[in-house]
Amino acid sequence: MMAKRRLARGVAVVGGGLTKLGLFKDRNCKDFFAEAFTEMTASVDRGIDPKDIDAVYIGNFTNDFFVKQAHWAPIVTDLLGHVPKPVTRTEGACASSALAFREGVLAIASGMYDIVLVGGFEQMSKCTTEEVAEGLAMAASPYEIAAGFTFPGVFGTMATAYFAKYGATRDALFNVTIKSHHNAPLNPKAQLPMTVRDFMNARIDKAKKKGEPVPAWADEKAFLADPAANPAVAWPMHLFDCCPISDGAACLLLVAEELARTFTDTPIHVAGLGQGSGYSLHAKKDLTSYEATRAAGEEAYAMSGLTPKDIQFAEVHDCFSIAELVHMEDLGFVQPGEAHRAVADGMTRLDGPKPINTSGGLKSKGHPVGATGVAQLYEVWTQLCGKAGKRQIPNPDLRVGAAHNLGGTGGTCTFTILERR
Amino acid sequence: MTTRPLNDTSYGQFLNERRIMGSRCKACSVLSLPPRPICTACHSNDLEWVEFKGDAKLCALTSIVVVPPAMAREGFGRDNPYVVGVVELDEGVRAVARILGVDAKKPETIRVGMPLRAEFLSKGEGAEKQNALVFKA
Repeated sequence: MMAKRRLARGVAVVGGGLTKLGLFKDRNCKDFFAEAFTEMTASVDRGIDPKDIDAVYIGNFTNDFFVKQAHWAPIVTDLLGHVPKPVTRTEGACASSALAFREGVLAIASGMYDIVLVGGFEQMSKCTTEEVAEGLAMAASPYEIAAGFTFPGVFGTMATAYFAKYGATRDALFNVTIKSHHNAPLNPKAQLPMTVRDFMNARIDKAKKKGEPVPAWADEKAFLADPAANPAVAWPMHLFDCCPISDGAACLLLVAEELARTFTDTPIHVAGLGQGSGYSLHAKKDLTSYEATRAAGEEAYAMSGLTPKDIQFAEVHDCFSIAELVHMEDLGFVQPGEAHRAVADGMTRLDGPKPINTSGGLKSKGHPVGATGVAQLYEVWTQLCGKAGKRQIPNPDLRVGAAHNLGGTGGTCTFTILERR
Repeated sequence: MTTRPLNDTSYGQFLNERRIMGSRCKACSVLSLPPRPICTACHSNDLEWVEFKGDAKLCALTSIVVVPPAMAREGFGRDNPYVVGVVELDEGVRAVARILGVDAKKPETIRVGMPLRAEFLSKGEGAEKQNALVFKA
């Protein structure tokens, strides 16, 4: 039984910023973070004087080898005019900025600081797809890489284990992809703001214009099942099971709870904070579960006093479609083996009983790896503030949301519960 | 043999000698492959070498179509995919490895649970020469 975790002092989110995600070859990390920071300062209802920020925590995964520049922390304080304030970079692969968020919360909870900026950024578009794949694979386990695995390959392997154990098929993955792409056009920050039907119709239009044979797909699932439209990357992971390569940045302003109402009338409180670590693929006891996700969930639930049933909506780390199903089960949203049915039944749709990835998820919103953890929490904060526009969850009593972030092939996972009180 | 340190280097040396060597915790008998210096079950650091026979079954798999640079140099690619997977040895430990003797272009025909037998695949030249542990249907 896990010991009860608690913060020595409460922490609230009072502002946030997120760039539009996409491929921006003429811009870099500094541009992205400056844009996110500017949006954040404008979002604080009663304003924030940047001079009042005590410390900065920043997540980044790949700049050391994609940009050939390390030591990004002081580059950020220099960019924002925060020198000589303390700044720390966190690295946990694709969970890098969720770790920055966590360190920021702990720094305030400890009593050391009152006002902390947390964020993350990544620039990936200047590299070739092969370079990106090789760079990201540096976060897999050394045994996996030596054996010839790729990132999609690791998740594809888990998918076959899930299929064999629970009798699910690729149809379950299609449901995840169709649901995520349904939400993306409602998110002005999304990299791929198109439904699967939009992609299908675009292909049909292209064929007509070129005078080529027009494909006769009956529906979105027929489109996704066609290898000409949706080729294999690492079977059973196909193109539409995989998130894109993205650039972008995100940040949030954290303050001590007792100060929160001097900044806004709608502070969003940190109710639960969880982090776990995980084994390499060969050492896992169960290929259909992430022990790091389970540990992060247990820690955050114990701290918050909440249960999976209390989580009204969540962003979960859908780097590959199968991951969304496995995380839903590990976080207790459904019983093991039930996620594929729950998604088919519409549980996770925007208008369903527990919307998942209202932002479009990593699959269609985009996945600038080091920014993703905070970008997910930005979405939860936005929904809880009631500022999600066309994708606002249609629940007049929205109070509790959560974000789950995964790094590597499951080596680092976090689960963070936010609450409007 | 018993004096070699329980680490990845020794594991690789044993593979070059065509032996699958892991560790057994003397305190709680838990097996590990590759070997570990500290038992992850009971935290004991009193472990010994143990040899595995190489009979296994397939737990999960993937057919890699978009291949990493190292595999592209071996001639793999979109038109020539390869299969990797997780196997469980008869002794109960698991390994990640290439799976040979299956049709990578028809991965849906590969059956989870199928029996496999360990083989040693030589890679590299000279000082870089290293056997990889692979499994064949």
